Amino acid sequence: MPIQKGKLRKKELTINMGPQHPATHGVLRLELDIDGETVVKCTPHVGYLHRGTEKLGENRTYLSALPLTDRLDYISSMANNVGYCLAVERLFGIEAPERAKFIRTMASEMSRISSHLLWLGTHALDIGAMTVFLYAFKEREWILDLFEMLTGARLTVTYPRIGGVKADVSEEFLSSLYKFTDEFPKRIEEYETLIDQNRIWLQRTKNIGIISAEEAVNWGLTGPMLRGSGVDYDLRKYCPYDAYDQVEFDVPLGKCGDTYDRYRCRMEEMLQSNRIIRQCIEKLPQGPIMSPDAPKLTLPPKERVQKDMEAMIQHFVLITKGPITAPDGEMYSAIEAPKGELGFYFISDGTGRPYRMRLRSPSFVHASILPKLCEGSLVADVIANIGTIDIVLGECDR
Amino acid sequence: MIESIISSIGIGGFAGSMIALLIKIAIVFGVVMLHVAYATYFERKVIGHIQMRLGPMTVGPHGILQPVADGIKSFFKEDVIPSGADKAIFKLAPVVSVFAALGCLAVVPFFDGFVLANINIGLLYIFAMSSLSAYGIVMAGWSSNSKYSFLGGLRSTAQVISYEVALGLSLVGVMILSESLNLTEIVNAQQKYWHGMFIIPQFLGAFVFMIAAFAETNRAPFDLPEAESELVAGFFVEYSGMRFALFYMAEYIGMLVMSSISVLCFMGGWTLPPFILEVFPSLAAVPGLVWFLFKIYFHVFVYYWIRSTLPRFRYDHLMSLGWKVLIPLALINIVITALVKYYC
Repeated sequence: MPIQKGKLRKKELTINMGPQHPATHGVLRLELDIDGETVVKCTPHVGYLHRGTEKLGENRTYLSALPLTDRLDYISSMANNVGYCLAVERLFGIEAPERAKFIRTMASEMSRISSHLLWLGTHALDIGAMTVFLYAFKEREWILDLFEMLTGARLTVTYPRIGGVKADVSEEFLSSLYKFTDEFPKRIEEYETLIDQNRIWLQRTKNIGIISAEEAVNWGLTGPMLRGSGVDYDLRKYCPYDAYDQVEFDVPLGKCGDTYDRYRCRMEEMLQSNRIIRQCIEKLPQGPIMSPDAPKLTLPPKERVQKDMEAMIQHFVLITKGPITAPDGEMYSAIEAPKGELGFYFISDGTGRPYRMRLRSPSFVHASILPKLCEGSLVADVIANIGTIDIVLGECDR
Repeated sequence: MIESIISSIGIGGFAGSMIALLIKIAIVFGVVMLHVAYATYFERKVIGHIQMRLGPMTVGPHGILQPVADGIKSFFKEDVIPSGADKAIFKLAPVVSVFAALGCLAVVPFFDGFVLANINIGLLYIFAMSSLSAYGIVMAGWSSNSKYSFLGGLRSTAQVISYEVALGLSLVGVMILSESLNLTEIVNAQQKYWHGMFIIPQFLGAFVFMIAAFAETNRAPFDLPEAESELVAGFFVEYSGMRFALFYMAEYIGMLVMSSISVLCFMGGWTLPPFILEVFPSLAAVPGLVWFLFKIYFHVFVYYWIRSTLPRFRYDHLMSLGWKVLIPLALINIVITALVKYYC
């Protein structure tokens, strides 16, 4: 808005940050009105990565919508898969066997570590600490290799199935993962030596982007964004799913809700995830990996389809109509994804496809607080704020 | 040395000294350009190894030909000038930057007696030239007609002006001790002390100078004008091809110049401290250029080391560091040095 000051007209400079910008993590676009280095107004624009996941979900059977969820938060595809499978399982009223639950818990925590490592690397890189980025990526690479061992894929895993998991874990995988958990806490210390006590890092993160506990709740923040403000809310504790009620872990909390607290929260969470993985490996029970009710929901093995009439019919029905045993009604089910509460909401009309599928993605909710964090701060803090909300546009735009 | 060869082949007087000077300029220019090319390679290797990766490896053995490949590439790249740009200033800006950086080298003595212009205001001349480089950045930022470059240009102006003050004040102590502004005499003055290096009595000045030099050359952690995560590439975001490479050259020459001033003013230039020579007299046989380059590359290494370790400053923190910490420290240093010099 032009301000009349004598004969001189003063106007804020509008700059367009994104969708192609190295620090906006994908295709987030911020419209910034700046006065010198101070941001006067910040308007986020989302939708550049919109692929219609929700609508696609309505046109696919419950089985074939699973790979779509990989592409939501593509950094932690395992957590999305688990969330989707749990929601469908709850809708159908079935439960995965114990062994599958432990494997899922373990895999979800692996994806949490991988997601937080990526967050740490890019957040540090945005603030200018380049080396942390490469160190974090080294460990992330390790995690991705482990994912490859477990599932055959590195990024878009599609490993859990409705009623269990795709394949059983091998002893070799478990021992490699155990070795990782031995090594990982030392690596965390290594990152911390670079930034934790660094005065520039503290200046750049302490008292930047403060969110009070009340505001965090009112804005609907979840995950480390909420816990950084000191609100003890973690779905893994609050309403445990999979094997989270059988493992011990702490929920790290921040105090004043600034960028540094959220950084500390996520670092602690990685250590807690490490702890959970270790317990899962130690306690992993023997048994089946698919629920006994699952045959109604899972494609039969290929060799049986070619020989067995029943299996062929089941295969045909599942592919064309979907699992037709779906009950009528609604179901909202949420999990604690690395970025926050990831919810799946289905309205079922009894057919093999959901009548309506809706996602509650943490990144979308968290993006809404950006104007509040950025307005009145400096341009450099905008970058720190984008980093701290840990946004992934695949999930935000869906 | 070159003068005597020229006069021995029969060209004397003004013409002879001019030819000798031109040959010297050619030598310095060639060496410095080679340094710039390999400083980029050195940087990528050092940062690569700090970050547990290999750095350039494909072009030549251990990537040794990478700078050559980069040079050829930037020569053949399309030179894009944005349609809204102020063309004359856009073309002039990289030239100003490189000119200012190269100009500083005229008064830098590489070893005893080898200096292009042995003027008695060497330090002042370097301050003047290095301030000129800010013009290149401001012109680039303004003429590109891009908001990001504009912001980068503005940041750079503020930064260079603020840190120029600290940079100048930090060297006043050296001037008081050596009673000269001529760089050769400053080096010779250090030889009169047992330590042979002004960094020992002038540790405060050296500290302020090092930090201000980082800011003056726009290097991390003060690389705000080109902060890639905020301003994408800052003032040279619209530049491509050889014009972009010129800015890069200016940055690396700037680093070389700042390192050599630091070496000359605080670390005894091409000489070794007398107390080391007493212990190892044979080291006196090593040419001064070796020590000079050794000290310079130590500084250059520190630049790279810092870049790979520290996060970037925020604009207001940068300003408060410059005005509230560095300038007072430099002033304290001046007062103490003057008092010691007067009463002792």
